[in-house]
Parts: sequence; structure tokens; C-alpha cells
Amino acid sequence: MAFPYNDKVLEHFRNPRNVGRIEEPDGKSTEGSPACGDMVAVYIKVNDETKVLEDIKFESYGCASNIATGSIITEMAKGKTLSEAKKLSWQQASEELGGLPPIKAHCSVLAVEGLRAAIRDYEEKSGLIEEREPTTVEVITKRLRHVMNPLRGLDVVRTDLIKDISFEDGVVRIVADLPADHQFAAVIKADIAEKIEPLWDVREVIISFTE
Amino acid sequence: MFGETIYLDNSAGTRLDERVLEAMKPYFFDTYAVATSEFGYSMGIVAREGLDQARASLAARLGAQAEEFIFTSGSTESSNMALKGVALALGEKKGKHLVISRIEDFPVLNSAAALGKRGFRVTVLDVDADGLVDPAAVKKAIGQDTILVSIQHANQEIGTVQDIQAIGAICRDKGVLFHTDATHTFTRLPLDVSALPVDLVTVSAHTLHGPKGVGGLYLRPGTQLAKWMDGGFQEFNHRAGVEDIPSAVGFAAAVELITEEENERLRTLRDRLLDRVLAEIPHTTLNGHRHLRAPGNANVTFHFVEGESITLQLDMRGFAVSTGSACFSKSLEASHVIMGIGGDHERAHGSVRFSLGRFNTQDDVDGVVDAIAEVVRELRAISPLMPADEKER
Repeated sequence: MAFPYNDKVLEHFRNPRNVGRIEEPDGKSTEGSPACGDMVAVYIKVNDETKVLEDIKFESYGCASNIATGSIITEMAKGKTLSEAKKLSWQQASEELGGLPPIKAHCSVLAVEGLRAAIRDYEEKSGLIEEREPTTVEVITKRLRHVMNPLRGLDVVRTDLIKDISFEDGVVRIVADLPADHQFAAVIKADIAEKIEPLWDVREVIISFTE
Repeated sequence: MFGETIYLDNSAGTRLDERVLEAMKPYFFDTYAVATSEFGYSMGIVAREGLDQARASLAARLGAQAEEFIFTSGSTESSNMALKGVALALGEKKGKHLVISRIEDFPVLNSAAALGKRGFRVTVLDVDADGLVDPAAVKKAIGQDTILVSIQHANQEIGTVQDIQAIGAICRDKGVLFHTDATHTFTRLPLDVSALPVDLVTVSAHTLHGPKGVGGLYLRPGTQLAKWMDGGFQEFNHRAGVEDIPSAVGFAAAVELITEEENERLRTLRDRLLDRVLAEIPHTTLNGHRHLRAPGNANVTFHFVEGESITLQLDMRGFAVSTGSACFSKSLEASHVIMGIGGDHERAHGSVRFSLGRFNTQDDVDGVVDAIAEVVRELRAISPLMPADEKER
């Protein structure tokens, strides 16, 4: 059968582990939005002494790869310390699942980001986070590393899709090396906006294309 | 391998009817020559007669004369031919303005977009919440330089049927050509060009239990259409290329098998499906018009869940349906039709199209409603969008 998903992915999709909510979680996050297509919520319980993730649950509004990644990443994170869990990557989750279709990377990466955001939420609440840093081209580039190029299944920075980035007076300008009417132009544009707009000192994000 | 599959994606493609295959067979193995003129050899003459008969039969179904029906490779080619052919013929002479609707299928939408890049102006009309184009808006959009209005007969996703009588009458009155894409209505709803003010009509066999890769374009006599695929003089010099006679014969055979009884049966099944889904499953929204819709089309949004998850879960239970979710599409973009009727991304992502065909039964309909109720309940149990007090597992 030529499903784009292997048996392990399908198994996690049908019987996802660690689904649900935790009442009064120590940290929680919501990544993505119905508008971008997929959304995950992650809830964590942390041992304040050992900094170990004692419990983790997730909810998903998403496609099969989103649900399966949520399932596997919560399994992988459970019982780890926060610093260990923070390092878990989409690639590791994907490998653990035996591989995901590259075009689905942007849906599945959400679960990983959800985990990191829930940990950050806990750290902020516990006063473990410093002052917020001002946005720079480096900060923007770092965020763009979480925007997938669906053509390749790798991020837009690594695949040289970003031609230019500038930041001035709260306005971010990004030039993507794609024709404006490319099959994925609209999706990539929405993904970029979604990653950059939440930065605290960004007023506007202008994304243009090379052709 | 798929004998057990309950196939509910008949708007995308249909199972060939065996009787169609039987009608086609002689043209593969016995009368396999290309169509020759009446001065050719016997096999070529008989092949041409087969082609002529198929053409006459299809034209008659549209209320047209045989020579007004051009065979093509399907709806995509027919609609490309209509829009680009008219644009090439009239662009310099009359004007460079086209009018389409926001929810046209991709052949019309993207042919218009391609012309838009070549100096044509395209007005894209909005539709209302049911997907209907207001004929008054068509009237308002037509200007001195308008050469063609292209508004579909019924929508590919939500099934909404447009008032092509009224729209055509406006075009006729203004002296503008009118094209309609009837891929999802041909033989399923009345469409008679001898009574309707329509100049070009796109039709296809793939939605009618005929072969894939064959369609047609009705062309009213006198309509100016530039030839854009050059070669020989086939199809009244409108479309070059060796005729696909087996497919043409198959198309005609498929159309002859469609009866009003069958259309009525599809309507009854569709209504049963819609009535049950909307009554039994909470947080659902009908997409498209409740009554002005193609007989076999049902489209519903299941809120708080994503369509690819639904279709995959249904597939694992043996049902084939499609969704307007971005995750399901090759462009990763949400359905332009659901967005076009004022829906948001969430409504598009959770939309599921069930399209019925000849081989579907009431058991299929009941089976898919039961299955989707269960699938949606399970997916909502893990959805962050679903209100917590309504979750059950």
C-alpha cells in the first residue's frame, strides 16, 4: 500500500499517546493556528527540584503527521530533564517515527515547537528567563529556521530560499527567492509572517518575492 | 484490491461502466485505424463513422448539432481552449477583458490568470454564502472591452448550481460570449444549448463512468476561436491531433447510460447523507446551497478537526472521500471555494466532500455517516479547539 506514511506513523496517528489536557499545568503552549492549518497545545508538569518532565500531554488540530509527531515527541520527552527535552529536534522525532514525508515537515515541526514553548512558559513563570532581547537580523534568521520549505522538507534558511532580511523601525522586510505565483509561495509567506509577527518589537512584516 | 472500498469521490473520477468498455473494445482491436475521409480505406471509414456517431450522440444530448461538438482530452483542455481560444481570437480585435467567478475550477481560474499575465484584464466575481454568482454583478462587470464571461454550471467542490440562463441572457444582450464549465452537471442536470444562451460548454467523461482523458467543447456556430494547438485539420480544424476514437465512443456510451431515474436516485442518496450528517453530528456546516446543487454532491465542514486526518481515518475504514484542507492539497493551500463562500481556514480544513455515483448504495451512505461520526468524535477528543465540556471518548 502506497500510503505516504509508514506503519509506525499510522499507528501513532490511530492511537496517539499522551493526548489530553493537564489541569493546572506548570507550563503550556499553543503553537500554530487554525489559519495556518495545524495547531497543537502542549501541557507539562515539571518537578521543581529535579527539573524533570513528570507528565506531558498534547492536543492536536492537525493532519496525521502532526498528530503522530505530537505522540512521539511527548513519549520521548517524558521523564527527561528540561534541558534534555529542549534539545529534542524535529529530525529526531521524525527518525524515531521512521521518517515523515518532507512536504509534511511544517505540520509536524509544530509539535516540537509546542514542547519547547511549553518549557519556555514554565521557565518564564519560574523566573528562569532573562529580559526579552531586541530583534535583530540574527533573531529573525533563527526564527526563519523554523519555517519549512515544503519543496525540500528543510527550513527556508538552509535551503537558501531567503535572499534578504532587513529590520528597521519595527518593520521586517524579507525577500524570498521564489516566483510570487509559485505553488508554495502563499504557504511560505503565511508561515514566515506567523513566525516573525509575534516578536515583541516588530510592527510589520513585509514579505516579497524575487519574481 | 479495492473491491471492498466504498468510493465516494465520483466528482474526481468514476469507475468505468463495463458497458462502456464493451462499446470501446472494437475500436482498439478491430476498427483501430485512424479516421479517414470517405475516400480512404474501409477500416478508416468505419472508424470515422464510429467517431461521427459518438459526436452526434453527445451533441444531441446538449441540444446541439454534431459539428458543434469538439472532442478534447478532458475538461482542462476544453476550458483552456475556450478561454485562450477566445482571447487569442478577439483580444486584438475587440478587447482584453474577461469575467469569471472566484470559485471556478482550476482550468478556468488558471487560464484566466495566465491571460492576466499576458495583458488581459480579469474581473473575478465574488459569490454569496451559498456560492451563487449574482447575475446583476455579471451585468455590472461587463464593459466595452469584455470578450468572454466564464461562469461554471455547478461547482466542483460544493455543487452549487448557477443561474446560467440569467447570466447567459445578460451576455447575449451585451454581445459578449458566454462559456460555462459543465463538468459536474452534464447529463446530471438539464443543459440544452438550443434553449440556453451559452456559446461554449466544457464537458468531460471522467465524472460519468466513462474513460478518463476525454472531454468535449460545445462551440456555437460563428463563435470566433483561435486554434492554439497546431497540427492537422482534425475536429473541424479546431483541435489538431489523431482522434482518440475508443475514448470518444466510450464517452458517448457513458452518456447514453445516464438516465433521469439515476439522477433522482443520486439526489435521494445525497439528501439522506446530508440530512443524517447535519442532524446527527454536532458542529457541522453545510457547504453550498441546500437545493440548488448537483445531484451527487454533498459537502460538509466538521468543525474543530482537520480534513486530512478525517480522510485518512476513513480510508483506513475503507471509505474514499476528499477534503478542502490545505494538508490534502498539492499546493498546501486551503480550498479557494470554501474561502470564496466566506469561509475561513478552519472551515476549509474541516470540509469533506462526498460525491456519489452509479455504484453507490444507501448502505454506502449509511456506512460513511456512521464511520465519520465516529472518526470526528475521536479526533475532537484530542482537538484543542473543541470545547472541553463537549468532549467524549
